[in-house]
Parts: sequence; structure tokens; C-alpha cells
Amino acid sequence: MASAPSKLYSDDVSLVVVLLDTNPFFWSSSSLSFSQFLTHVLAFFNAILTLNQLNQVVVIATGYNSCDYVYDSSSTGNQSVGNGRMPSLCATLLQNLEEFMNKDEQLGKQEPEGRIACSLLSGSLSMALCYIQRVFRSGLLHPQPRGSPDGPEQYVAIMNAIFSAQRSMVPIDSCYLGAQNSAFLQQASYITGGVHHKPQQLDGLFQYLLTIFGTDLHSRNFLQLPKPVGVDFRASCFCHKNTIDMGYICSVCLSIYCKHLKKCSTCGSVFGQAQTQSDEPSATNRKRKTTDA
Amino acid sequence: EDEDDNLGLEAWERSYADDRSWEALQEDESGFLRPIDNSAFYHAQYRRRLRTTARIQKGLIRYLYIVIDLSRAAAEMDFRPSRMAVVAKQVEAFVREFFDQNPLSQIGLVTVKDGVANCLTDLGGSPESHIKALMGKLGCSGDSSLQNALDLVQGLLSQIPSYGHREVLILYSALSTCDPGDIMETIQKCKESKIRCSVIGLSAEMFICKHLCQDTGGSYSVALDESHFKELIMEHAPPPPAIAEFAIANLIKMGFPQRAGEGSISICSCHKEVKVGVGYTCPRCKARVCELPTDCRICGLQLVSSPHLARSYHHLFPIAPFDEVTPLLNDPRNRSRSTCFGCQQSLLSSGNKPGLYVACPKCKKHFCLECDIYIHESLHNCPGCESL
Repeated sequence: MASAPSKLYSDDVSLVVVLLDTNPFFWSSSSLSFSQFLTHVLAFFNAILTLNQLNQVVVIATGYNSCDYVYDSSSTGNQSVGNGRMPSLCATLLQNLEEFMNKDEQLGKQEPEGRIACSLLSGSLSMALCYIQRVFRSGLLHPQPRGSPDGPEQYVAIMNAIFSAQRSMVPIDSCYLGAQNSAFLQQASYITGGVHHKPQQLDGLFQYLLTIFGTDLHSRNFLQLPKPVGVDFRASCFCHKNTIDMGYICSVCLSIYCKHLKKCSTCGSVFGQAQTQSDEPSATNRKRKTTDA
Repeated sequence: EDEDDNLGLEAWERSYADDRSWEALQEDESGFLRPIDNSAFYHAQYRRRLRTTARIQKGLIRYLYIVIDLSRAAAEMDFRPSRMAVVAKQVEAFVREFFDQNPLSQIGLVTVKDGVANCLTDLGGSPESHIKALMGKLGCSGDSSLQNALDLVQGLLSQIPSYGHREVLILYSALSTCDPGDIMETIQKCKESKIRCSVIGLSAEMFICKHLCQDTGGSYSVALDESHFKELIMEHAPPPPAIAEFAIANLIKMGFPQRAGEGSISICSCHKEVKVGVGYTCPRCKARVCELPTDCRICGLQLVSSPHLARSYHHLFPIAPFDEVTPLLNDPRNRSRSTCFGCQQSLLSSGNKPGLYVACPKCKKHFCLECDIYIHESLHNCPGCESL
């Protein structure tokens, strides 16, 4: 499957929508602490904003129970809150982030235990794409998620968001900080034409961010960015969740099965039977046999 | 003459030469001039479209033939530059959109010229071959023949597997048809072969087209101008409601190839050339193919990747239409919900009066009109429901 063609960008202006993963389950078990991670990320935002006067950074926090906009560099409500030690960007962002984390935690207390610890990537991606549609100038934008493990129940929603991004030519870059690999983010970056990278040394995160993800889309034509290595597009069967090479697809609902079944478990259609009385059942049987061979 | 005028103008003047910005103004109730507000109009149009798509089964694997009428009526200039040119351009856009929404389906092109129907391209799953054929020289002459076109298409569609939905889209410019026999018999045969025929007329409404569409369960519409034609043809891109008896549910064997490693050298089976690196390996016969989706040339296995199937999943899990919210003025709760949840745009229109907005029935979050259209037409996810 061909990856997205690149548009001709004539300007250096970027709008970067960053989806920060604030899942507490992930950060408590990660080798890089959240505050260190934030110092890298804040320096990265400052760098982007200084590269061009018209650059814009919007941050959406992806939580465990909710997602929300945390910071928008173009909003007019950014007074200089600076108390002399921190510039207003950091102060506003940190303040909003703290409020968000408190709200997120409170929402979590009302939920029963036993949920899988994955972040709501689909929600924040959808919000980012709505924002980008609103901006609708050409050649700007790239959401950049970070990472905790994939939640399989979000598969359809994330794929919808990815295809929508591909249609509006929005590249999705992803920087994955966890231990395993995220198939969703790899596919997202490959399909939309963005960059996927997993930094090896987390101490140098700022350097990775600036050199790989900080490049605007026009300059990407001249730079050698990390290429995708072996994106796995194989599907998993609906019955056992194994990855399969060859499978059977229900023609009504497109569910994937690894072996022949009499009836589809998703849509309930019975296979190989004509719904109405057919005049030539033998003809249809013959036709079916040749296509299955 | 326009070009001569433009040459005499300065460069900055040329950008305003064709600009008729006064046409984009309207008077409002108090007599003031303001730009035409299209957003409410688009939204009303979009809601009308939404009401017709209820939660019904759709035919996802489609085999569609597009019949293009190249009779002398297609050379008329009422569509600029000519009907045929407009049709070719819109069919190209339609083909791309069709494969975007139906990755497992196939299209074929048929032309009718001098009373004879010819197959321009065979049924195929890749847009490039069809678009290349459309861009070639297409002359218009002679009469158009509806019966010959239907006969040809019916013969071609009888060879496809039984789980596919058979469709024909006829783009008819002429006002007459020159047929060798009884067209009612042909229509009856199409009905028995379960082919869904739709027609888009470019000149006027014809009884025979209407009868054909009604009998086979298709849709008939007549285009008023180019933009209306584009709208009508794009309506055929999403899968139509499936009539259960038309296609037998079946399990289709498909392969999910892996990408060949970087730097691997092999001969690809589609172009018969040596290729390095990018490509896919058929899981059954290990032949190399260049792009997906396709049928393996060596063993005949249909090869797809999981995103192709995922493209159609939004038809199976559609999102509920949003409800319109009539804003109550002087409502203290309005202060807290003054921004759209998706794009953070202020929901207050000019003058601090709450404008028109919508809310999701499940998560109760508010959205502006543009986000509503984008979410239902392109994104198919509600950001509010996904963030819970």
C-alpha cells in the first residue's frame, strides 16, 4: 500500500498539535520521570516557537479517563504571568496540566477497578483533527503522540482518525517512549506520511525531538529522517486474536476469520446459502468452488 | 478576449480582473450589507443527507460499471467546456473517491459511441488504469444506445463472484436511444441478474431511464449544472443499502502480505521488472507484488492489508447524528459551554449571542457546525465519546 504523497509546501510555517500522554500508570513505571520529560518537551516547544514568528503550538493532554486542550500558543489569554523565573509559556502550560491531571484523577475515582491501563489516543486524535480542520490553511500541521500501550478496543476509532488525517494531508509523527512497540502509532505514521521513532536514550530526548520532529514540512523534502522499518500490516483474526497471513473474510461485514465457519459471528449471516430460492443452485455451487480454489 | 485584457493589466491587477466580490454580499434584515452566510445552508443540506442514511446493511464489496455516453449530445457546450470534458473530470474524481471509500471493490468503464457499446477498461481495483484511460482522447459522435450498453454490462457482470454487489452507473447526455431490440426485455434480464442500475442525466428527464432505475432499485437524477452534477455523482461513492437477496454471503479467502525487507531484490509479478526494496510478498506463493489491494498474478489470491478492511468499518459502527441545541439566552450554564469541544472555537456568534450549535446525544458535549459536518462525513469518531 503506497504511503501518502507529500504536498508541495512553500512555507516554513508550522502548526504543531502535540498529544501528550499523561497516563499515570505508564509514567510511574517508566525510567524517565514525568518532570524530566516535561523539561525536554517545554524546551522543544520554545524552540519551535522561536523558529518562525507564525509558528503555533497546541497541546492536548491524553489522559486515562479524559482528554483536554492544555495549551494554545495563539490564544490571546496568555498574559505574562512570569514571576521572573519561568516564562509565561511554561507557567500557563504547567498550571493547566496540573488542573487537568486533578480532574482526570477525580473522574477515575468514580470508575470501577479493572480497566486496562491505556490512554485515550483516539479521543485526543479526533480533537486534534477537528482543530486542524478549523485552521484549514495548507501545509502546516503535525500531531505528535507519545506513548503508553495500545488499547485494542480503540482500533476502529484510531483507524478512522488516521484515514481522515490521510485525506486532509496531515502527517502524524509519533515518538514512542515505552518498552514495547506500538503498532497503532507505526501504522499511523506510515499511512499519513509522518515519522515514527523510538528514542534509544531517553536522556537526550530534547535532541531527538528537535532534530527529527521539529522540522517543518517543507524542509522534510531535503532531510533524511528515520525510515519506517517493517511496518506490520497483517490482520488479526476475530476469533483468536492471532496475527494471520491468510484468512477468510465475511463478505457482509468484513470480519476476519482464520478458518472456515458456517455462520459469521459478527453479523449472523449464513454462508453459502442463497437467501431466496434460486433457480440454478448447481450453477452457484460451481461458481463458488472455482473462486475458493 | 479575456486574455488580451489581462495582458494589458499590471500583475497585481490581474488577480482582481475576474473577481466579482460584490456578488458575495447580501442585505440582512436591517438593510446592512454582509457576506453570504453559507455555513447554515451547508449544515441544513448536510442534515438532510444524514436523515436518509439510517442504520441499514450496506453492500461493501461492489462491482461497478460506469457507462459514459459519448454520443453527439455529449459534445454540447452547456457544461463548460463540453459535457464530455466535465464528465471525464468528475468521473476521475469519483473513481478516486470510490476506491477511498470502497477499497475492496472494483470499477470498469464502458463507453457508448455511434450506437455501439465498448468496454474501455476491465474491472480492476486500482484507480490509475481507469484514470489513464479517461485522460486519453475521447471523441463524441453518433447515437447513444441504452440497450447495447446494458447488454454489454450484463454480460460482463455475470462473471463475477456471487458475494459481490453488481451495479451500473450510466451518465446519459442524450435525449434518445437507438436500440436493436426491445429494451424492456433487457431491463427484465438486468432485474433477474440482480444488477442495480442508476442513471444521472445531463439534459432532461427520460421515462425509460426512470423506469430502468425504479425496476432495478437504483436512483435516477438529472444534473442542473456542474456543481450539482459533481454532488450527484459523489452520492454514489458510499456503499448503497444492500438488498439481501442480491448477494450471497460468503467467506472470501484473502491474504495479508508482509512488506518485503529493505534492500531485497526480486522480480515483481505485475511489471515483470527487477525491483529493489519496497513491495509485498504473497503468503501463498511468495510472489512479489508492488501495491495493494490486488490479486496475485501467480496464484490468484486476493491480497489486502488490514487498513483496507478498516476503511469500511465505520459503516458497521456509525455514530449517531448530533442533536441541534436551541440556545437559551440569559442561561447561566451557557457561560461554561461556550467553546466547541472539538476545535475550541467560540460558540458565540458576533455580538455575544449564542449561535447555532449541536450536541452529541451520548456524551452531551457541544460542537460547532463545522466540526459536526467534519465528524460525520470524514472522521466518523465523536471526540467526546472517545474521550470517556
